[in-house]
Amino acid sequence: MMRGSIALAEGAITAGCRYYFGYPITPQNEISEHLSALLPEVGGVFMQAESEIASINMLLGAAAVGARAMTSSSGPGISLMQEGLSYMAGSELPALIVNITRLGPGLGGIAACQGDYWQATRGGGHGDYRIIVLAPNSVQEMYSLTIKAFHLADKFRNPAMILADAILGQMKEPVTLSPPEVEIPAKPWALTGAKGRNPQLIKSLFLADGEMEKHIRHMHEKYRRLEETEVLVETDLEEQMDLLLVSFGSCSRMVASAVALARSRGFRVGLVRPITLFPFPADTVRQVSRLAGKVLTVEMNTGQMWDDVRLSVYPGCQCRLLARPGGSIPTPYQILEEIEKFIKAGDSLAKSVR
Amino acid sequence: MDYYDVVFSGFGGQGILLAGDVLAHAAMLESKHVTWMPSYGVEMRGGAASCTVVISSERIGSPFAEAPCCLFCMSKPSLFKYQDKVKEGGLLIVNTSFVEASLVTRKDVTKICLPASEIAHQQVGEHKMANMVMLGMLINACKVVGMEKTEAAMEEIFSGSKKKTLPRMIRAVRCGYEWQPTADNGPIEGTLP
Amino acid sequence: MQKVFARPATLRETGFHFCPGCHHGIAHRLLCETLDHFDLQEKAIGVPGVGCGVFLYDYVAIDTCEAPHGRATAVATGIKRVLPEHFVFTYQGDGDLAAIGIAEVIHTANRGENVTVLFINNSVYGMTGGQMAPTTLLGQRTTTSPSGRDHHNDGYPLRMTEMLAPLEGVAFAARVCLHTPAHVKKARRALQRAFEAQLDKRGFSFVEFLSACPTNWGLAPQQCIKHIDEKVLPAFPPGIYKDTGAGAGQDTGTEGE
Repeated sequence: MMRGSIALAEGAITAGCRYYFGYPITPQNEISEHLSALLPEVGGVFMQAESEIASINMLLGAAAVGARAMTSSSGPGISLMQEGLSYMAGSELPALIVNITRLGPGLGGIAACQGDYWQATRGGGHGDYRIIVLAPNSVQEMYSLTIKAFHLADKFRNPAMILADAILGQMKEPVTLSPPEVEIPAKPWALTGAKGRNPQLIKSLFLADGEMEKHIRHMHEKYRRLEETEVLVETDLEEQMDLLLVSFGSCSRMVASAVALARSRGFRVGLVRPITLFPFPADTVRQVSRLAGKVLTVEMNTGQMWDDVRLSVYPGCQCRLLARPGGSIPTPYQILEEIEKFIKAGDSLAKSVR
Repeated sequence: MDYYDVVFSGFGGQGILLAGDVLAHAAMLESKHVTWMPSYGVEMRGGAASCTVVISSERIGSPFAEAPCCLFCMSKPSLFKYQDKVKEGGLLIVNTSFVEASLVTRKDVTKICLPASEIAHQQVGEHKMANMVMLGMLINACKVVGMEKTEAAMEEIFSGSKKKTLPRMIRAVRCGYEWQPTADNGPIEGTLP
Repeated sequence: MQKVFARPATLRETGFHFCPGCHHGIAHRLLCETLDHFDLQEKAIGVPGVGCGVFLYDYVAIDTCEAPHGRATAVATGIKRVLPEHFVFTYQGDGDLAAIGIAEVIHTANRGENVTVLFINNSVYGMTGGQMAPTTLLGQRTTTSPSGRDHHNDGYPLRMTEMLAPLEGVAFAARVCLHTPAHVKKARRALQRAFEAQLDKRGFSFVEFLSACPTNWGLAPQQCIKHIDEKVLPAFPPGIYKDTGAGAGQDTGTEGE
């Protein structure tokens, strides 16, 4: 039994991460507190920086010299990190950024919500870039997707983010741990001193004519490869379906309960849970929505992933949204009610924010 | 599918989260799926504390309990907050050292009102171990986990520097497990599962 | 015949993009001489901030990492924590270090982070076109203080070396200038002392270079030298403000000019 935040910290250690830079913010402090004890024991470095701005830039420095490194924060802190994230994406630097979200805008509150979906999946900082976003929905995944995130970041030389919330951070569940990783992939681009080779440079500034377009096209080629090869999605489908539910992260747990309730009442429903939010499982949503005809998206925000769902569904599908922003959690019975109404109704594209 | 959910509630400092933790851990050792979800907020000693434990033979969706099978209650505010949510035919375990049995108004649930703090004080010399007495009662009443796995779970939880409290903690759980209600100390109303 | 003056090995064979009369070129050369002096070409990692100095990597043949505006010392911290045996330095202007990056530099100094900071203070934003900097002199006209810096509206010039020197994590702090050969020699020596502080693992080292910006001051290079002597030096007295190394004060002194 382990708390989600602790599982995430343990996952980082398993993945060979030895450097952490962060600044305290609720509700993710258990991650940094745990790592502050663990990292020195394994020869790593834990640093409490003076701000999230400093944290992300220390992370940038550590990534530039080839280390597996991470930071963690929550909404307001992640906002402060957007500048650094943009530079890291532009400089093609791999690292893990953890966002245990809280309510926003502003100081908001510390309850669980999914209001940072857009910020996470659209880049968040300035410029034409994406970051890899993984959304665990269990304590086991807090552990295993953290390891996966380091792999993907290194493989694609791009920052990766774990997007979770206080439900996942505070909850305890049994976790199966994997053996620690000893080898980190070679990073010939890393700065290690110009010994026996020409000096190397990590940068995101491209001033010459056409240079920046070339760079961005190169980056987007990576994003296309991510979409082709690295999509992670969980599906729970039936052969015949009258309705498809789409939900991610902690919210998908409530939806899974609602699916079980609906099936016990004879409704034929399926569930698609995007695990990678970028790359988004567009193909899965398209194919499965074609079978179901009706798609109900359930999120703890006012409808952010709903954009991606509507871009992905098979043309002509009816889409509805059950949205609970501001720290409210949709209950399985509330979702069930929505499922029932939608299956019995005939309209399309109706949006209900409760 | 076997499915059992418990809301543990009381004041901060009463060991509410710990009691839930032991049950969850024992359920894991019984090879069940299990979640433990604390309420959290601005930290305050003496403020409300609660957690929800869900135990199932299958993968668990929501870690929350809309209508829990059982309420483990150690304070008046938490009784008022949760007693109406307990599902019909469910179980309500109340520490009458803190909450008058007369405040338990539900008629459609099994009620166990025990003076857990007094029992803990008399039997293990530590009234603060009321949470473990309550837990022993819960384990006996709900039949979701066994005493053997409960003790094994406690050995894992109370390790290292916490090990010295383990024998008394286990004794407290056993006291609760074996506690026999009498007419004057709070009879069990309703039928046990 | 004996060769008495040569291009430092770490200085690339290319022309500087800096404006005529700008002192960045001299600071770059001193940096390269000092890297050579301590044989650091293969273990140095430089972090240029954002501003005229960002193109450091076009001139200095070592590994370099760009930093976001103001964040060079945080980036350097990340690098140094992973590679403690490498030589890590930043090269930052006054907007970068004293305005947007002041939190980072103070905390890096206060942690005694074992890195070296080269701070180019020309009292104006150069690259963006001559706006007021935190180090702009009182009364100095810039594109955003057209009638001269007025402390009622704009506050006072920030003296970074004086601010940082008292911090316990700081091993070396000096302000030098580059407008006469004698000053350049002193600057070279100060930079060497700063490098020694890092090489001896004594903590944070800091050298502020008073530098001319003829383009944005609207002065000819010759007039700039006069301006530095008459206006800049009284506001920013040069000298060694802190030196924890052996033999401190013997060859440079702490005297102002």
